[in-house]
Amino acid sequence: MFKRLAEACAPVAITVDGKRVGCRAGDTVAAALIAAGIAHCRTAPVSGAPRAPYCLMGVCFECLVTVDGTGSRQGCLVPVRDGMTVETQVGRREAGR
Amino acid sequence: MTNASDLASSYDLVVIGGGPAGLAAAALAARAGLSTVLFDENPGVGGQIYRAITFSPVKDRTILGEDYWAGADLAAEAAASGALIVTGATVWSLDPARLVGVSIAGQARLIRAGRVIIATGALERPVPVPGWTLPGVMSAGGAQTVLKAQGLVPSGRTVMAGGGPLLWLLAAQILRAGGKLDAILDTTPRSNWLRALAHLPDFLLSPYFSKGVKLLREVRAKVRVIRVDRLEAVGDDRLREVVFGTGDGERRLAADLLLLHQGVVPNVNLAIAAGIAHAWNERQLCFEPVLDGDFNSSVPGIAVAGDGAGIAGGTAAAERGRIAAIAAVRALRPAASVPDVQIMRRKLRREEMGRAFLDWLNRPAGPFRQPTGDTIVCRCEEVTARQVRDTADMGCEGPNQMKAFLRCGMGPCQGRLCGLTVTELIAAQRGTTPAEVGYYRLRPPVKPITLAELASLPIAEAERKAVER
Repeated sequence: MFKRLAEACAPVAITVDGKRVGCRAGDTVAAALIAAGIAHCRTAPVSGAPRAPYCLMGVCFECLVTVDGTGSRQGCLVPVRDGMTVETQVGRREAGR
Repeated sequence: MTNASDLASSYDLVVIGGGPAGLAAAALAARAGLSTVLFDENPGVGGQIYRAITFSPVKDRTILGEDYWAGADLAAEAAASGALIVTGATVWSLDPARLVGVSIAGQARLIRAGRVIIATGALERPVPVPGWTLPGVMSAGGAQTVLKAQGLVPSGRTVMAGGGPLLWLLAAQILRAGGKLDAILDTTPRSNWLRALAHLPDFLLSPYFSKGVKLLREVRAKVRVIRVDRLEAVGDDRLREVVFGTGDGERRLAADLLLLHQGVVPNVNLAIAAGIAHAWNERQLCFEPVLDGDFNSSVPGIAVAGDGAGIAGGTAAAERGRIAAIAAVRALRPAASVPDVQIMRRKLRREEMGRAFLDWLNRPAGPFRQPTGDTIVCRCEEVTARQVRDTADMGCEGPNQMKAFLRCGMGPCQGRLCGLTVTELIAAQRGTTPAEVGYYRLRPPVKPITLAELASLPIAEAERKAVER
C-alpha cells in the first residue's frame, strides 16, 4: 500500500507476532506496520472484523496493539525501538490485557 | 528527554498541544517571563500541519511545500524561548481548578497551572460511508501523517474521496513525491456554490485564493476527478473496490487504498471534559467552545486557541495562540512587557477572511454526514446508522441516553469518530437541530491510562492518612 520515499533513517528492528520486521528510526509502531505491508493490527471486539490504522494521529484507536507486554497501546503514538515486541490484538479476548 | 519526575508541581502556564497555536503561545509566554510547560502526546512538536517538522525524512522541500516548512521557525522559536517542551506527554485530565493530569512514559503527575491554554487542534470529520472500517481505508490526514513523519507514499492503486482543501493539498504532495493516484472522487455538491458565492469577494482578497487555484490546477492536470454523490468501500478482509456513482449510474474501481476526507473539526474532548461551554457552528457543522476575543473560555483561567477554537487554519492558529498567551501574561504579570496584540488581531482577521467561502463551498453533503442502513457509525462498538436512527425513533433524545441503549461513543476513541454523526442522526430523526440535541458528556480521563499510571501519582502523607483506617 505504501513505499518509502527515502531510506535515509537508521534501520531499527522490532518483532511483530514473533516475526522480525525491519523499520526505520522515526517510525511509530503503526507507521512501521503500514510500511511492512501488515494488513491489519487487531480485530474488532464485537464482530471480530479485521482493523488497521485509520487516522494515525491518536484519535481513532484503530491501531491498538500490545507493545512490550502492555495491551491497547496506540501504535501511532509509540516510536519504535530496537528489540521492541509488538503483538496484534484479538478482539474482546485481549482488550483487557 | 523530560521524565515525569523532572516536572515542577506547578507552572504559571500549561499549554496542551504543540501545534502552531501551542508553540506560538508557549514561546510568547515564556519570553514574557511566565514559567511555561507545553505537553504534546506525539513523538515531536508541530501538531498535524507541521507534523515531524524537526525530523521529517522528506528532505526535498517542494514535496510538502513552503507552507509546511514555515513551521520550522515556530518550533525553533518555542525551543529557544525558555518554555519546557515535553513530547510523548499525554494529558488525560483537566479540571476547572486547572489541575492537569499528565502521563509521560507510564508515569503520571498532577500539575497545578496558573493558566491553561488548550491547543489540541482539529481532527478530521468522520466519513461514515459503507465499508469505512475495512483495512485499506484510511483518512487522508493519516496518509499525510506518514508522508510527513516517515516519508511513506501510497504505492498501489489509490483512490481519494471527499472534499475540502486538505484533500487537494495531500493529492498534490503525493504526486510531487512520485506517488500515483487513480482517481479523486469529489463529493462536494455543486449546489454549495449558492451559499459560497456571497463570500467570494472576501475569498478573492484572502491568501487562500491564489494558493487554492494553483493547487487545483496542479492536481487536475495529473489525476482524473469524478464528481460523485454516492461512495462505498467494498471488500472482505480488506478493501478490494471503491463503488461510486451519480444519479442512477454506478461505477467500480479496483483499489488497494482509499483515502477519505470531509474537512476538519475542533478536537473538543479535553475542553468539554474540563467543563467548557460549547455551541454548534452551523456553517462548519461542528461544536466549538464559546470564547471571548482573547480566546478565554467559560471556565476562568482556561483559554482555547488554534483550530480547537473553531477551524481557521495553521497561520491563524499561531496568531490565536499569541493572543491567548498575551491575555495569560496580562492576567498573571500585568507589568511584563508583551507585543502589541493589535498586530496579531489584524493578521488573524486577514487569515480568517477567506474562511466563510471555503466553509460553504466545501460543506459536506447530508448523505456523507448522516448515513443510513448498516453503515457503521461508531467504529469502536460497531453501532450502525439504522440502530441509532431506530433508537432515536423510539424516543431517545440525546447522545448520552444513546450510550445507554447502544454503547456508541463508549469505546476507546471516546466518541471522537462518531460524536458528530450520532448528534446529527438524532437531530435528523427527531426533526430538531444538533444545537438542541447536544454532544456526548465527556469526562476524564480523556485518554486511556493504566491503573499502574494512576498508582504512580505521588501521594502526600495527609492524602494517605485520609483513606487509611
